[in-house]
Amino acid sequence: MRRRGSDEAYEPLAASRPVDEECPCQEGMRPQAGLGRRQLLLSAASTLGATALAAGAARAAESAPPGSVHYDVPEDPTKEQGRPLLADGGYGTRSQFETEVRSKANNPTDLTSWTFTPLAAQIGNLTPSGLHFERHHGGIPTIDPARHELVVHGMVGTAKKFSVADLKRMPSVTRKHFIECSGNTLTEWAKPTAKNVQVTHGLLSTSEWTGVLFSTLAREVGLKEAALWVLAEGADAAVMTRSVPLEKLLSDGMIAYGQNGEALRPEQGYPLRLLLPGYEGNTHIKWLRRLQVSDRPFMTREETSKYTDLMPDGRAKLFTLQMGAKSVITFPSADMMLPKPGLYEIKGIAWSGRGRVQSVEVSTDAGKTWRPANIENVAEPMCTVRFNCPWAWDGQAATLQSRCVDETGYVQPTREELVRLRGLNSVYHYNAIQSWAVAADGGVSNVHA
Amino acid sequence: MSTLKFGLAALALSLGASAAFAETLEVGAPASDQDLARYFAIQPDGEGLPPGSGTVSAGAKVYGERCAACHGDKLQGVPAAGGAPLVGGRGTLSSAKPVKTVESYWPYASTLYDFVWRAMPFDQPGSLSPDEVYAVTAYVLAKGGVIPEDATLDASSLPKVEMPNAKGFYDGRGPDLPLYNAGR
Repeated sequence: MRRRGSDEAYEPLAASRPVDEECPCQEGMRPQAGLGRRQLLLSAASTLGATALAAGAARAAESAPPGSVHYDVPEDPTKEQGRPLLADGGYGTRSQFETEVRSKANNPTDLTSWTFTPLAAQIGNLTPSGLHFERHHGGIPTIDPARHELVVHGMVGTAKKFSVADLKRMPSVTRKHFIECSGNTLTEWAKPTAKNVQVTHGLLSTSEWTGVLFSTLAREVGLKEAALWVLAEGADAAVMTRSVPLEKLLSDGMIAYGQNGEALRPEQGYPLRLLLPGYEGNTHIKWLRRLQVSDRPFMTREETSKYTDLMPDGRAKLFTLQMGAKSVITFPSADMMLPKPGLYEIKGIAWSGRGRVQSVEVSTDAGKTWRPANIENVAEPMCTVRFNCPWAWDGQAATLQSRCVDETGYVQPTREELVRLRGLNSVYHYNAIQSWAVAADGGVSNVHA
Repeated sequence: MSTLKFGLAALALSLGASAAFAETLEVGAPASDQDLARYFAIQPDGEGLPPGSGTVSAGAKVYGERCAACHGDKLQGVPAAGGAPLVGGRGTLSSAKPVKTVESYWPYASTLYDFVWRAMPFDQPGSLSPDEVYAVTAYVLAKGGVIPEDATLDASSLPKVEMPNAKGFYDGRGPDLPLYNAGR
């Protein structure tokens, strides 16, 4: 059902945006003279809308970006009262001037497809829940939590079923972790393909997750001596299943019901999902309904015919579960335009499925020389960090790269190193250094350097 | 409080704490056989396969009615419908353009049974009976030249099917070790 490989075509991001939209380079640019032009244009348009003939409410509502409500902008907000509280019904929306959305892959059906997080626009280290990337294999199910159960059985002392309320009564943990699809960046093996960082790296998102550790559940059911693997199963139309090493589940596996301070979003597995820090996204089974403990893996469709890595000799690797250390510059990045030479703050994200990010380096000469980047937040295990590095652009062509090292000593590889080790047909787990070319005119594009 | 008394109190406290750690939370309810009857997951050795059976010819009928629209009359796949090719591709896995199908890539017949039973057909997932799943599994494997046209599959014969790429996989856990070589 999934299509894969280099024949995969993504919907150009531009198709989902207004044609005349400014490039996203306005944000974060230095020197910055007041508002970006895009914001000015939007403000002007809104002011016109307010002062000219009142646009109909229905039409105005249509013009508000997803997740926002359109309000007329007053000439001077200090000269009239604003809105009363709870006019939003008690659940807030984002500003009508914020337009970032997920974009989708161009697949035959939107029921088994994926969406990309707009990484270049992300502010801070956490992905807003509504912008978290998605990968579905049978659409997004609607599940009533009052009727949902998690069954734990197999090689256990006592098979048990837990309601969502049961799980919420148990001791919980709250941890920040990224989830990355192992197909992230898969278009880039042979040649630079994707238009911008949303499409090259947008199958990555970071959240604060809250839930019950698997080890806590294990104490309730008991584990039999020979147990080694656990099958996790979802309650969607794909009835998604993956086998997970018991050792991983006992070390930090979590049954999550919370994301960024509220319940999981439906597209993220409401009411329950499996969280396996650092493991490929497909194993974080959404709409989790069942855990079956076994002494061997089940060899499900996803872990044999799909998420396996084909090597040059024609054999394939099973259970390449951990995501490798990886980083990417989000500003400047492809599809942006630098207006003129000057001082810029290179910004990006780094992460590793094997532990904390230890350090990040940035190159502006295609990897010939490297400088250490500043890490903006405290590095946590299997969690993204944001990095930045000042750069005085002299107006000459430049190639920007970042690379990271994790606390295990794993250095993010070059593309050449990855290809030498794995060939060009392994599809998944592409974590090579990404290159962005800045042309003399300031245009930024996706290249292989 | 004397030292002895304090020591005894500390001992009692620590014993109490130990007892608490050894207790379960008494959360959740026992899952009965009836609760578990709706679930399945099939192992390569056949564990989990239901009773029933199906022939290649019975599978041809099921396939034509329930599968062909997305996977094609000749199991060649229908890209516009999102249906993957199911046969062909043997000998291509080490080539520049590997073709991964049930015939060329899938290591276990059990996986085909499990997946079809749980998630196919796409427009009515989970609607096939165990006999229909045995039959359509037999049909796909026969069309891929994996089993004879007169084969019948059931819980005993399906795990014995040797897939062409059965030996094509190995455990890939762990990082690429050459990446740890300094000065690589």
